Amino acid sequence: MDKFTKITGVAAPMPLINIDTDMIIPKLFLKTIKRSGLGVNLFDEMRYDDDRNERPDFVLNKPAYRNTEVLVAGDNFGCGSSREHAPWAIKDFGIRCVISTSFADIFFSNCFKNGILPIVMPKEVVDVLLKDAEKGENARMSVDLEAQTVTTSDGEVFPFEVDSFKKHCLLEGLDDIGQTMNKIAAIDGFEAKASVERPWV
Amino acid sequence: MSPTTLYDKIWDAHVADETADGTCLLYIDRHLVHEVTSPQAFEGLRMAGRKVRSPDKTIAVPDHNVPTTPDRVNGIENEQSRIQVEALDKNARDFGIHYYPVDDIRQGIVHIVGPEQGWTLPGMTVVCGDSHTATHGAFGSLAHGIGTSEVEHVLATQTLIQKKSKNMKVEITGKLLPGVTAKDITLSVIGHTGTAGGTGYVIEYCGEAIRDLSMEGRMTVCNMAIEGGARAGLIAPDQKTFDYVMGRPHAPKGAQWEAALTWWKTLYSDDDAAWDQVITIKAEDIAPVVTWGTSPEDVLPITANVPAPSDFEGGKVEAVERALDYMDLTPGTPLTEVEIDTVFIGSCTNGRIEDLRAAAGILKGRKIKEGMRAMIVPGSGLVRAQAEEEGLAEIFLAAGFEWRLAGCSMCLAMNPDQLEPGERCAATSNRNFEGRQGRGGRTHLVSPIMAAAAAITGRLTDVREML
Ligand code: SF4
Repeated sequence: MDKFTKITGVAAPMPLINIDTDMIIPKLFLKTIKRSGLGVNLFDEMRYDDDRNERPDFVLNKPAYRNTEVLVAGDNFGCGSSREHAPWAIKDFGIRCVISTSFADIFFSNCFKNGILPIVMPKEVVDVLLKDAEKGENARMSVDLEAQTVTTSDGEVFPFEVDSFKKHCLLEGLDDIGQTMNKIAAIDGFEAKASVERPWV
Repeated sequence: MSPTTLYDKIWDAHVADETADGTCLLYIDRHLVHEVTSPQAFEGLRMAGRKVRSPDKTIAVPDHNVPTTPDRVNGIENEQSRIQVEALDKNARDFGIHYYPVDDIRQGIVHIVGPEQGWTLPGMTVVCGDSHTATHGAFGSLAHGIGTSEVEHVLATQTLIQKKSKNMKVEITGKLLPGVTAKDITLSVIGHTGTAGGTGYVIEYCGEAIRDLSMEGRMTVCNMAIEGGARAGLIAPDQKTFDYVMGRPHAPKGAQWEAALTWWKTLYSDDDAAWDQVITIKAEDIAPVVTWGTSPEDVLPITANVPAPSDFEGGKVEAVERALDYMDLTPGTPLTEVEIDTVFIGSCTNGRIEDLRAAAGILKGRKIKEGMRAMIVPGSGLVRAQAEEEGLAEIFLAAGFEWRLAGCSMCLAMNPDQLEPGERCAATSNRNFEGRQGRGGRTHLVSPIMAAAAAITGRLTDVREML
């Protein structure tokens, strides 16, 4: 997995609430058997019209936001399906961090598995960050995972919380399976005990 | 011992390892797999030279992509869909997991097949790379959806890295009124909590109205726990659960059955257990409901009118403006005047035999409106066979419905069953997101009897007029 330590880049505002995974990556693009190449279809239905031309008013189509690395979004981002294609598409586009007041559970967890940092901030802070993101290309936001801070283009600093285990994995770029494999003895032990207690399983 | 909830009990019985910060390895008893979210996971195993740790506990079935027309036996026309289903075929064989291929009568939607075959049992942990895994919670099993990286993790280790969620109790007191179903309960709860209200929680549904539901109805309720944002939905097992499970192909038998039953009977929340949140709804306050917008929380009784953005606050105002525009609805219009052109009865929410019986009860002796496109897609080949045996299929065909083969179908429209832009559908599925049933398609979520009623009149209809 890619490490996440610190980024400084363009932030894009998407204040719409309840952005669901069907919006992030429509099912049409779930037919792939690969993880890569989904970035062009990120937010597909909002991004392109029926003739596949870009809609100029969609934020990521605007010249100032072509290189977005941080997405500041409305409440309950990533609700809906468990499709990991959503974080794959976000990452493939180049976005490494999403900030919102809340995230859907599975999407939140999927982000960490793909080197994306989802940050939960209180409403007042998200509003400030949305304002900052509106400034476009010249306003660069910094996200520092080690220090657990987001810094606006004006230098205003906001701390954030992150699960210590997830932070560690992101900072080091650790692969979950590899880590769990180190605990195989515990799993073997559990299985041995469970096969006596609940043999029907 | 301090009092605990059902969730606490199942959780405690499955922790294989715990670190100081509360991060656990949760042991997984059943892993269900379908073709859309698994190819990358199997590929990951191959690349790392890993095996499936417990092929015996891993069950695969193609459902999302499969066509539901009889010609599917000749192969899937859409190339990408075919490649995904073929990949599942190959992965199931290569890794030696249980498998129900497209031409097996037991094939169907993964969340219908699991319980039907007795894979899902009380007190288990069940996962699947699909958010509606919550369905299995109806058996008192802790069931949640996972992403593809986690699918690979479970395949390789039979565990999931998890932290414990909070406990929420949703109690539905009293009895449902006529024409009100499990679907109306679950939609009403989401209308109450909002789609993010359950975030961070596992919900246990309880109360007289829940106890009164059949297993099919309970699965409908738990199925949509995810639409309320919850990690899982649970219902404590009781005699109905045990009766449903007994004799199914993979349910325990003989002495093992007795041992299992003894444990299953301990699976309930203690009276004085502590809850992080409690919601109580009176069953008699629940009406047949319908969604008007593009989020499952956009739900109103069928007797209501389309709301206006000014009825809402905060970020919801803009979301409602957008939703009304997408749905092409005018505030103040009675919902019963909204005309529809398509009806879809099926999905893991409402594709079980009881749903089909209920729909047939309304459709018997009636005809769908002329020009209406209406389809019934049973949740599994076995549901389909049973409906044919009970004479339900004849009723559907006589009413003018198409009678399809099993699959997810128009619930998410990955197969050829899709809405055209601007088409409006009364659907028994679980999501009304923009484009969910086809780009530009408009979805109104309803119960099976409400869908049947709408097919007859050609508009959203209060089914109570037809009872
Ligand atoms: S029926 Fe719909 S919700 Fe259920 S598993 Fe299939 S696509 Fe998902």
